[in-house]
Amino acid sequence: MTDLTTKVLTGDTRSIARLISLVENADPEAISSMKTLYSHTGNAHVVGVTGVMGSGKSSLLFELTKTYRHLGKKVGIIAIDPTSPFSGGALLGDRIRMTELSTDAGVFIRSMGTRGALGGLTNAVFDVVDILDASGMDIILIETVGVGQDEVEIVKVADTIIVVTVPGLGDAVQTIKAGLMEIADIFVVNKADKPGVEQTIAELQSMVDLAIDRDWKIPIIATSAKERKGVSTLIENIAAHTSYMHETHVFENRRRIRYEAELLELIRKRVISYVLDDEKLKSQVECCLQRISVRELDPYTAADEILNALLK
Amino acid sequence: MAKKIRVLIAKPGLDGHDRGAKVVARALRDAGMEVIYTGLHQTAEQIVASAIQEDVDVIGLSLLSGAHMTLFIDVAKLMKTQELTDVLLIGGGIIPQEDIPALKKAGINEIFGPGTPVDDIVCYIQKNVKR
Repeated sequence: MTDLTTKVLTGDTRSIARLISLVENADPEAISSMKTLYSHTGNAHVVGVTGVMGSGKSSLLFELTKTYRHLGKKVGIIAIDPTSPFSGGALLGDRIRMTELSTDAGVFIRSMGTRGALGGLTNAVFDVVDILDASGMDIILIETVGVGQDEVEIVKVADTIIVVTVPGLGDAVQTIKAGLMEIADIFVVNKADKPGVEQTIAELQSMVDLAIDRDWKIPIIATSAKERKGVSTLIENIAAHTSYMHETHVFENRRRIRYEAELLELIRKRVISYVLDDEKLKSQVECCLQRISVRELDPYTAADEILNALLK
Repeated sequence: MAKKIRVLIAKPGLDGHDRGAKVVARALRDAGMEVIYTGLHQTAEQIVASAIQEDVDVIGLSLLSGAHMTLFIDVAKLMKTQELTDVLLIGGGIIPQEDIPALKKAGINEIFGPGTPVDDIVCYIQKNVKR
């Protein structure tokens, strides 16, 4: 076992941070650590917090973490913000709301850019969850980028999903649209100190009441990170959802989705880099691109040719 | 995935003027860096702890209150005790010329005063990151 891996397992902050950088940069050095760490994972409960930008996700995470700390839980936070598609740079600002937590040894916060990943997450998210899990965190909170209606990749990673909304975002039809509103295990109406909160709750309630085929009744919780209201209720509901999942087969099913997504993603990346790292295949790709651009070849046939060469 | 330069931008102490810090943060973002913006009123302990968790290459401090001789040096000292030897420490704000040699001696790698073109800061970081 490498020194880095051993230190991650003992919860050493600097080693955790270092290994996260290695997986984020797809450094081959990380692979042996990830292989060794895996048998130490599976213990942390992964909570995804998603919702529109400015709905108060970071402030809510801060309040949630403080309450978990009072309960003696160790908390890992993955806070994702968008990477610029133009410069590749990013401004990661989620720590602003969590300053007080920086010096708490039971909390590890990592800000990450999306680095081209779609769906509200970042490419290395599976690995980072595994690292934090293996390092002994009890709860892992993932804050997605501020999402619109359709960024729902978090379903592939989290055990419990909290969809955060705020009063005054739209009428009741918004609540029955597909996508984001379908993935919630718990709805949070944040900024409940603002007007219009009753109506938002009522609209969500009537949507939830329509889903009679589900045995998990999705709770709707009004919170105010500003007035510190509703956070304990939210934590009770996360616990209730956790027990519900363990009593039914939902937990195994969810985890299977995560493992499948993680494995397929690895295979996809490997195949692509296998093609691009091989000189012969790479030049075949170049050649195909030439022929495609003059309409001598179609992309489907080109893909067939490259895959045939790959499998030889 | 190529390695990206990660920079922590922080405002230590009680100074609430963060326009300069935001302008620099944005310029570094536009230069392709990942900027972790921690906001106002940070203690040296919070800045160094955040820098470790975020595994940054650079810490950038901004201060306009005149307390740089205490607060910048506190951060530099704590970085030494925490053995953050491969992290670049830079500062900006209203820093009198005569204070700069003492700050550099204390471990602040470079100081950027008012009127510095942001490109100078970008170039300095690109040339001097330690890993």
